[in-house]
Amino acid sequence: MPVWQELYEELKGHGFVVITVALDKTADDARPFIETAAPTHPSLIDSDHVVADLYDFVNVPTVVWIDEQGRIVRPNDVAFGSDQFKDLHGIESAPHHAALRAWVTQNQIPFTAEQARERQMLPTNEVQLARAEFTLAWHLHQAGKTDAAERHFVRAGELAPHDFTIRRGSMPIRGLDPMGAPFAELYMEWQQAGRPYYVPLRGSD
Amino acid sequence: MATANFTLLDETRAVQVPVTLNGAQVRIAPVALRTALGWELKPQGLCKDDICVPTGGQPGLVSNDGVDLAGFANVVRRPLAIDLDEHAACLGVSASDRSAQLASLTAPDFTLPDLNGTRHSLSDYRGKKVLLVAYASW
Repeated sequence: MPVWQELYEELKGHGFVVITVALDKTADDARPFIETAAPTHPSLIDSDHVVADLYDFVNVPTVVWIDEQGRIVRPNDVAFGSDQFKDLHGIESAPHHAALRAWVTQNQIPFTAEQARERQMLPTNEVQLARAEFTLAWHLHQAGKTDAAERHFVRAGELAPHDFTIRRGSMPIRGLDPMGAPFAELYMEWQQAGRPYYVPLRGSD
Repeated sequence: MATANFTLLDETRAVQVPVTLNGAQVRIAPVALRTALGWELKPQGLCKDDICVPTGGQPGLVSNDGVDLAGFANVVRRPLAIDLDEHAACLGVSASDRSAQLASLTAPDFTLPDLNGTRHSLSDYRGKKVLLVAYASW
């Protein structure tokens, strides 16, 4: 978070803005992160996962580049602000930041439209049903129907096992620790299946 | 058979609709379908704005008690999550609609609040390069 703010301050004179979106159940969950970073760019809260659904975000952090005409020029990718957890996931932050600077200051666009499309992961019927189940679960939870909500959170996770905005993102709502044993179990299951927890964009810097 | 009030989430917008329940079947009166969701039953099928979807392949879609909710979702190709006990359901967005939007490379617009409740739209920043970052506390 603080790094996105630094990049914004560095590059804003070039017609550039950062928009952060917290996929958190309440503004209060995101508040400590936002107050620490003290962003001067829009820093938004998406409790209903509206943007996750619109852009097919299945994990965080996810970044997308959108140009002056509102076109996606670089599809969903994993990008970290810093190398704080690099030992865990092996993804360096610097190459993305360098590519971002080149795009903003020199208009270096990494992909043609065709290449961008080839790299998009599009949602399946199961994922879209999972998102409907998640929306229903979140509504039921907010209405105090905790047991009913749990059924639909579980169903959503079964339908979209790779969507961690659902499986891990629902943990704080369901009273599970997203940094503790429930997440460790999910992470191990995924690693043992030979699937990476973070899926970087192909052919990106 | 019983009547009840159902909460129907049209994407994330909640609307209340009177329904008739018969086992696992939820039926909505055509007038409620029109006022709540904007779909109207016409001789040529289910219509919204200038789009009509034929209903011929769905026998039993329409009865005296109204339009079958699951059948309706099927006809308009939207995913349906339903909780019969709690009288609530969510109609999501189809994979084909989402995929077509994303593959067009036109960034979908959205409006969300910041910590102070001030609402911002992506389209407010047209004319600038935007780095959109999704993150979470979890």
